[in-house]
Amino acid sequence: MKNNATKNILISISILFITIMLVIPLIAVIIYSLQDGIEAYKIAIFDKYTIKALQLTLLATVSAVVINTFFGIFAAWIITKFSFRGKHFLTTLIDIPFAISPVIAGLIYILVFGRTGWAYDFLQAYDIKIVFAVPGIILATIFVTFPFVSREIIPVLNAQGKDEEEAAALMGASGFKIFTKITLPHIKWALLYGIILCTARAMGEFGAVSVLSGHLRGKTNTLPLHIEMLYNEFQLSSAFAVSSILVIMAVIILILRTIVEYKGKKAGE
Amino acid sequence: MIKKRFLVMSLTLVFATGVLTACASSKESINDSNTVEITNVSYDPTREFYESYNNEFNTYWKEKTGQEVIVTQSHGGSGKQARSVVEGNEADVVTLALAHDITLIEEAGLINEGWINEFKENSAPYTSTIVFLVRKGNPENIKDWNDLVRDGVEVITPNPKSSGGARWNFLSAWAYADNLYNGDENKIKQFVSKLYKNVIVLDSGARGATTTFVENGQGDVLIGWENEAYLSVKEHPEEFEIISPSISVLAEPSVAVVDEVAEKNNTTEVANEYIKYLYSDKAQRLAGENYYRPSNKTILQEFENVFDLNINMIKIEDFGGWSKANKDFFEDEAIFDQIYSQ
Amino acid sequence: MKININKRQKTMIKKRVIPGFGISIGITITFLTLIVLIPISSIAIYVSGISLNEFIEIITDKQVVSGYKVSFFCALIAALINAIFGTILAWVLVRYEFIGKRVLDGLIELPFALPTAVAGITLTSLYSDKGWIGSIFAEAGIQIAYTKIGIIIAMIFIGIPFVVRSIQPVLEKMDTQYEEAATMLGANGHRIFFKVILPEIFPAMLTGFGLALARGIGEYGSVVFIAGNMPYKTQIAPLLIMTKLEQFKYADATAIALVMLVASFIILLLINMIQSYVNKITNN
Repeated sequence: MKNNATKNILISISILFITIMLVIPLIAVIIYSLQDGIEAYKIAIFDKYTIKALQLTLLATVSAVVINTFFGIFAAWIITKFSFRGKHFLTTLIDIPFAISPVIAGLIYILVFGRTGWAYDFLQAYDIKIVFAVPGIILATIFVTFPFVSREIIPVLNAQGKDEEEAAALMGASGFKIFTKITLPHIKWALLYGIILCTARAMGEFGAVSVLSGHLRGKTNTLPLHIEMLYNEFQLSSAFAVSSILVIMAVIILILRTIVEYKGKKAGE
Repeated sequence: MIKKRFLVMSLTLVFATGVLTACASSKESINDSNTVEITNVSYDPTREFYESYNNEFNTYWKEKTGQEVIVTQSHGGSGKQARSVVEGNEADVVTLALAHDITLIEEAGLINEGWINEFKENSAPYTSTIVFLVRKGNPENIKDWNDLVRDGVEVITPNPKSSGGARWNFLSAWAYADNLYNGDENKIKQFVSKLYKNVIVLDSGARGATTTFVENGQGDVLIGWENEAYLSVKEHPEEFEIISPSISVLAEPSVAVVDEVAEKNNTTEVANEYIKYLYSDKAQRLAGENYYRPSNKTILQEFENVFDLNINMIKIEDFGGWSKANKDFFEDEAIFDQIYSQ
Repeated sequence: MKININKRQKTMIKKRVIPGFGISIGITITFLTLIVLIPISSIAIYVSGISLNEFIEIITDKQVVSGYKVSFFCALIAALINAIFGTILAWVLVRYEFIGKRVLDGLIELPFALPTAVAGITLTSLYSDKGWIGSIFAEAGIQIAYTKIGIIIAMIFIGIPFVVRSIQPVLEKMDTQYEEAATMLGANGHRIFFKVILPEIFPAMLTGFGLALARGIGEYGSVVFIAGNMPYKTQIAPLLIMTKLEQFKYADATAIALVMLVASFIILLLINMIQSYVNKITNN
């Protein structure tokens, strides 16, 4: 009985918290986006610049997820399975992108690759553009989401310890085999959460990208930048309409995740 | 073995991503002589104007040369946009809010000296001014700057330190007080200080301030750009009205060809023509329709029922130019900071 | 000396039974250097362009100091609130079944997907004294938007996913056996939570707290709309960085950023150390 009471209280708190902090703002976004009617909504969404911005956002997001997942697994592996000097330092270095204001995250790339940056002459010589072009946007997106995957895996691997891997290694299993057969099953949910967080954050990234994008319409405008431009143009409802694309994308991710989880748990039974 | 393969695979992946992104970015330069591409780095609410203007210009240029012009637009805060050009954003032309922002690009060596005289009217094809936006019926009876220092009047204006355009708001108030107190600096300072004490939200930019006033219902009066005030009234005609103060500023959003970039891209000719055409009657009318004051006096008269043409307008030269005004008022520890550190 | 190090390395290598150290550390460090360290070093380069006196003058400027205070204070409160509610949320999502759980679970990432500016504009419109939520509080005489409370709300919003998603995987991996055993041995819910569950999830909680804190300190886009930005009252440090950039003062901007970076770095380092300390205790 008592357990039930606690359960109900906790569920109520959670729902209340989520409602106030997340659901109401979400509803507000949807209401704003439909303010000028469905037709206006469609026009805003199918605008050619919106679509271009969406493509760029997808490109940046996919690149960030691929690279950060790849990096994150190795980083988590090294941090949880081995003892070495400077481990805390390394862990914290990986966290740095969290600690940096997005504005500065964008600025640092400008200071390196921009016209006044130290790598500019070199890049000019080979006619490579990084900032105010697509590579800069991808770099900034990777930067701000850099620690997400490793951060999610590390606590789980820590909690799991390394006995199993050590045993397997002593029996002569290769690193790759140990990883896929022993470690991966443990971390798959954490990995999934990490990828999802990374995707969501990469999609929505504004601050860092805004600094080095140059806002070239149809070229270096991501969805969040496109939204900002619409907003600055006094097109409030279009801005929110385009924001709702990001919400819809978040919903798609949610559905995909549910499917993966469902299949995974079924297979695990 | 597997380890090695994994390593190779992963490295290939990284490499492939790198190549992909590089390809995606490699300039889609169209060598076709029938099309020419230029980039116009502009400031915030000019999108609609330039969208129509780019069409006009395309028709004009095509007739003249047979070439198609593709204009890539960029919009953002004027100061930030200027900075991005300095940092390597390759604009063929810049159309920004303040002459000062273009001077900064000049100082970085991208624009040749003397740009301000390169085109007519100080290279400002259209102008704007600072007005008050009040709630319908003007419940606080706000007529002029001295009404903004009354107790209980709540003012919305952006921070002049983070918003270049908002420096005009400050300077207009200063000019009014200067006139009122015959240049008694202490009294002027007190006046402006009192005004900023009435500011309840100091947004970081003009657009944020408008949202605070219009959408979130804060404050009694918004000090803002005339063209933006018209956009707000257009959107909510039943809720707001525009009040023109007796003294305001002649803001000259300036335009220039970014010489270094245009030379590199071989677009100097079309970029020059792009700006020159802004002074054509057609483009001037287009500016007026988008609530910018045409710099052509005859065409400005056509819009006399839209714009209040009787405002006493001061210019930045009255403050000794932007460099001096920035130093006197907006640098760290200058007058604006003093108001808040008291 | 040299021999000593070699010996030490040898003993360390001996301890490493699990393969893959070389390649993993190689990849980790390469990526870290390319993506994080080289760009970050440009901050140091710019800051080194100014003298120590100037540096101290910039970072101890009255407005700047008040900006730090506002950012740190609000981020701390927001991270604490997130740590508490985030833990409850993670717990509810992992341990209980109820209608709408999936939806609740899926909403957690929303703050990341929404661009910060959209979040900021939306939150401000909701929490201003004319907004849906703000008007309720306004009647009680509490103003939310344009005060520190508003800043805290925005920081809570952007920090939720960090805490929930840090704790959730750990809870999911955690065996319910311990709790069951504890219950059978007669421990009450309270005791089980503090003696059995909390020690297990504490490191994850700490991680989430630290990340939410660091994110809050640096947050600009969503906070700037709701903050009111009054100097000495609600002006956040990142806004001051923007202001400096607006004046083309790169060195000043990077100096302020460096202080924030170092502070956040120390916070995260401490958290990482506590975390591994706790891990050692629980693993032994």
